Amino acid sequence: MAMMVLALVVILGLELCRGAGLSLRVFGWRFLGLSHWNPVNNDFGPLPCIVGTFVSSLLGLAIALPLSLATAVYLTELAPGWARRPVITLIEMLASVPSVILGLWGMYVLLPWLAAGPYPVLKRCLGFLPFFQGPVGGGYCVLSAAIMIAIMIVPIITSISREVFRSIPDTQREAAFALGATRWEATRLAVVKSSTRGIFGAAMLGLGRALGETMAVTMVIGNTHGFSASLLAPGSTLASTIASEFDEAVGSLYPSVLYEMGLVLLLVTIVTNILARLLLGAVRGRQHA
Amino acid sequence: MKLNVDECLLKALIVRSVRHWTQIVILAAMTVAFAADVSAQLLINGAGATFPYPIYSKWFYKYSEVDPTVRFNYQSIGSGGGQRQILEGTVDFGASDSPMSDQDLALAPSKILHIPTVAGADVVTYNLPGNPRLNLDGPVIAAIFMGKITKWNDPRIASQNPGAALPNADIGVVHRSDGSGTTYIFTDFLSSVSPEWEKQIGRGTAVNWPVGLGAKGNEGVTGMVKQMASSIGYVELVYALQNKLAFASVKNSSGNYIGPAIESVAAALATATIPDDFRFSMVNAPGADAYPIAGATWLLVYQHQRDPRKGKKTVEFLKWAMKDGERMAPPLDYAPLPTNLVERVRAKIEEIKY
Repeated sequence: MAMMVLALVVILGLELCRGAGLSLRVFGWRFLGLSHWNPVNNDFGPLPCIVGTFVSSLLGLAIALPLSLATAVYLTELAPGWARRPVITLIEMLASVPSVILGLWGMYVLLPWLAAGPYPVLKRCLGFLPFFQGPVGGGYCVLSAAIMIAIMIVPIITSISREVFRSIPDTQREAAFALGATRWEATRLAVVKSSTRGIFGAAMLGLGRALGETMAVTMVIGNTHGFSASLLAPGSTLASTIASEFDEAVGSLYPSVLYEMGLVLLLVTIVTNILARLLLGAVRGRQHA
Repeated sequence: MKLNVDECLLKALIVRSVRHWTQIVILAAMTVAFAADVSAQLLINGAGATFPYPIYSKWFYKYSEVDPTVRFNYQSIGSGGGQRQILEGTVDFGASDSPMSDQDLALAPSKILHIPTVAGADVVTYNLPGNPRLNLDGPVIAAIFMGKITKWNDPRIASQNPGAALPNADIGVVHRSDGSGTTYIFTDFLSSVSPEWEKQIGRGTAVNWPVGLGAKGNEGVTGMVKQMASSIGYVELVYALQNKLAFASVKNSSGNYIGPAIESVAAALATATIPDDFRFSMVNAPGADAYPIAGATWLLVYQHQRDPRKGKKTVEFLKWAMKDGERMAPPLDYAPLPTNLVERVRAKIEEIKY
């Protein structure tokens, strides 16, 4: 069974390589550094999409991580017994909301609200920075995509960090209390600090999901190719470009380029996930010892 | 006595086995008959453009009543997919909103014919207070979509719309994020009216947009325009009419501002120059009543059909489509081909060999 899964990944990789063959032959390794996107002249550069993927994912992670950690600390250290179960259920339900539904909610509820209130305020206060310049429009931008990603990865990071915190033996907390630590100090030193590696693993797993997130991102990011320092400007990611352009990619090079972008995305996601598993494996080893 | 019993047993056995065999034979005969019945209904597969899907599905449904021995299966996977699949030979016919390039046609194992079926148009839709009917000309539309005109009260817009209340607001440009025949028609038009557009951006189902936001599909563009104040976008005529969107009248090559409608598209089709391979563009067609942002859609078939039965049925269907099918176009908001063009297309259909 396990071999079958492995075989499936290998077949997937080979299939992507086959589809990307033409693009690999035409562009070679140079491909990753190209940034101009003009299907009319068969000019394809995925760099803005790669940058967009990392910027939106890392920003999403930066928003989600503190939220998730606070929730996990609350659930393991502070929450009374009766509150724990309902909160956990609610968070798990959030994980099961289909991303296209979240995308619709983002488009019709979140974005108009962000564009009417928070974004103009952000622009007024921090507009001197290059990150918050340009017109707000309808709120379709990289920052909105990051917020959607954050909402989607909070459940996974929360549940894994909760597991990591639970693996800290109670004796460690008691030791901290015995040394005169307050509750906050005990949590910070005995629980959070000694879980650093596990938290990092949880964050990496969240990042793995964030990198490949497609539907909700496509619906709010604005889908344009090109660089912009501003987070309030529209952009695109590898996944959103494949999703929106593959259907109607005419000619032979265009679809091949999209295949190669899929290959890049697959590799990035696999590497991120392997790193996360290795880090988490170390934590689980400690739990069993 | 013992022999007798054996005889009886033998007889019973024979009778039973005969009965058994009869059953098998009947079953086999039924299977053959059933299989024959299934294979009698020939399945012809096609794939491609989404824009003509409503009329094609109506044609295929109606045609199944005309000729019950054939069934057409059409998947609207997009023009790009239609071109790819006919080249790879995975479908019996393709469909596309943009003609195939010489480069792609050269990849085909044998000659591919373009059969025009119906025509449609793009409308320029916007979200302004009160949604006035605006007049716009090609160069102004090109300047807006290039980011050269950024305010609604720009004198170049205002001079064409005396009396319209145009706000002092930033124009939010919305375009398609997916490749699309709609985009092809739109950029084809802008290239034909603006040398600057042709040089910097060009025509294609997907282009390098200098400004604006991308949205997927006609419904995506409509959703974004409706939600974003002072935005502008383009969608196909059928979609705009059925969703009652606000749209602009566009200045045609005779200098008249013409609103998008089936009649004005038909007028453009009647005056467009159409070469013998039917790979034509009908944007900015001459004629006083022609709507300038219009385009046809094509079925793609091999001139030499590999399967004689399918070839014969395809030709019969195409002839029917040109005769009876065209009449179903206007109720579905498509412009039918003019009679002189229908005659030329029928002659081309005769060239299909099987």
